[in-house]
Amino acid sequence: MNEKIAVKVDDLTVAYNYKPVLWDIDLKIPEGVLMAIVGPNGAGKSTLIKAILGILKPIAGSVTIFDKPYKKQRKHVAYVPQKGSVDWDFPTTALDVVMMGTYGSLGWIKRPGAKQKKTALEALEKVGMLSFKNRQISQLSGGQQQRVFLARALVQDASIYFMDEPFQGVDATTEVAIINILKGLRKAGKTVIVVHHDLQTVPEYFDWVTFLNVKKIATGPVKDIYNDDNLTKTYGINYKVSIQK
Amino acid sequence: MISAQLEIQLIASLTAVACAIPGTFLVLRKMAMISDAISHSILPGLVVGFFITQDLNSPWLILFAAITGVLTVVLVEKIQQTKLVKEDTAIGLVFPALFSIGVILIAQYANDVHLDIDAVLLGELAFTPFDRVFYGDVDLGPKSLWVIGSILLVTLIMLFAFFKELKISTFDAGLATSLGFSPLIIHYGLMSVASVTTVGAFDAVGAILVVALMIAPAASAYLLTTNLKKMLALACFFGVFSAIAGYWMAHALDASIAGSMTTMLGLVFLLVYLFAPAKGLFAVVYREKQQRTEVSLITFLLHLQNHSEPEERHVKHLNEHINWEKVRSKTVLNLAQKNNMITIENDLVFLTEKGEEFTAKAIEYILTNEEGLIEDMKDDFFLFRG
Repeated sequence: MNEKIAVKVDDLTVAYNYKPVLWDIDLKIPEGVLMAIVGPNGAGKSTLIKAILGILKPIAGSVTIFDKPYKKQRKHVAYVPQKGSVDWDFPTTALDVVMMGTYGSLGWIKRPGAKQKKTALEALEKVGMLSFKNRQISQLSGGQQQRVFLARALVQDASIYFMDEPFQGVDATTEVAIINILKGLRKAGKTVIVVHHDLQTVPEYFDWVTFLNVKKIATGPVKDIYNDDNLTKTYGINYKVSIQK
Repeated sequence: MISAQLEIQLIASLTAVACAIPGTFLVLRKMAMISDAISHSILPGLVVGFFITQDLNSPWLILFAAITGVLTVVLVEKIQQTKLVKEDTAIGLVFPALFSIGVILIAQYANDVHLDIDAVLLGELAFTPFDRVFYGDVDLGPKSLWVIGSILLVTLIMLFAFFKELKISTFDAGLATSLGFSPLIIHYGLMSVASVTTVGAFDAVGAILVVALMIAPAASAYLLTTNLKKMLALACFFGVFSAIAGYWMAHALDASIAGSMTTMLGLVFLLVYLFAPAKGLFAVVYREKQQRTEVSLITFLLHLQNHSEPEERHVKHLNEHINWEKVRSKTVLNLAQKNNMITIENDLVFLTEKGEEFTAKAIEYILTNEEGLIEDMKDDFFLFRG
């Protein structure tokens, strides 16, 4: 494993109305891992990602991406929000949504052109959605919408990918397609951080895991720390998983 | 047509376009009601601006009014952030308070001035050609034309410069933030434009009817297109159309111009709501009926596949067996036959090869619970489907 640290979180505390939802989180994510963040509802999994990306302001702590503050490293980071966080009735097409991924490299005012369109079309092809490029986004199924979101992150050509529940409400085919793309990203040396719900698939999909429940319970390689002990600490009930190898 | 008439229509059209642009984004951001709030609460801003400048024609009035407009948005958000009330309640609390401050200020200190609440609320388009701008002795045209023309120009420049930013922060504020576009700046930029436009539209339609110019064209356009640029263009078109048609309606009926324009906006929306090809009421009713028939067809084909006994397949016994009325059975039989899914021999129904294939696929999709795929499959099998 490469020892370079992709994401470093120090003493991060985030509160909604003075109630901490994340408490004193320390986290070091090495470059090149495919990591799941797991924890019960309300554990602060999405909040952690949003705080790292500067979407939420922490009340304490700091975050660095490759040793620099996030604001200086935006171009190295791609983000896939929860599917439910946007209005899918918005008047736009699949291709147009994917093009939005290129806006960051363009900066203010400059418009996307032929080059950006080409990158977007390639990304759509990678997720198997090229034939839907002109489809209005509300006319896509849940799985297809998630693929469009993934394509949008791919065009950012980042080093680190943050994904908020990419498997939520998608069909089995899409889930396989998405995880294959994520594994491909890791193979290319990228770091992928995924908020994940399905505990059964953690050992199969990921090589690194963080257990979170307001406080950090544990973080490390799946083969070392994915055990009943940590699951019980995180979920507060006696958890028994059978880890298939 | 005399030049005053032309001027009135020109002012009304420019106002319509200037309103439709911010209106489109307000509708997409589900903030339509904020335009109502702004339109009321700019009154105290106008009054205070008048106290300071002592001049009803001062451009500072527009600035003061616009500041109160933005203040309204801030207050609504602050109240909402307490989580004690929802957004609509917060709007309902803020704008009557600000508006009433304006009303009291006028009644107390500005009674003798021509700052007339009726004119503020309803506008008086018919009088706009009388208030003109002169450069020396040269007549440069009505003042309202210059005011709304300048506002429209600024709005257009902002729209072209920040179209991409407006789009991404409206569609996905989280992504916009992570990419370094501050949705907050865009938000207040849009609110400022909406506030300034509202003040500028005073002369044309007044503070209340400006809401109609912002929301109705955008709401109509929303039902007709799935492309943001087309939605903007359509909203502008509907606004201008209603403005001009409304003017001539007022002319014919000898009625209020602002009232007639708003009535036209309402009519346009009603027509679009009824007849829009994809989202219109009739289209939706028709589609639901079609879907019901198609579901019946799948049910019927599954029944055929399940039962080989002749009495289960007899045309006449269909209604008794699947418990359908005669009309429905007939529609379903016709649909199946038209698509070559069944053959009827001696009043007995048989699945064709295509029917078998369709049924098998339908079962597969139903079992895997993939609704989207069923719709795609129907597209493949129903040749006559639009």
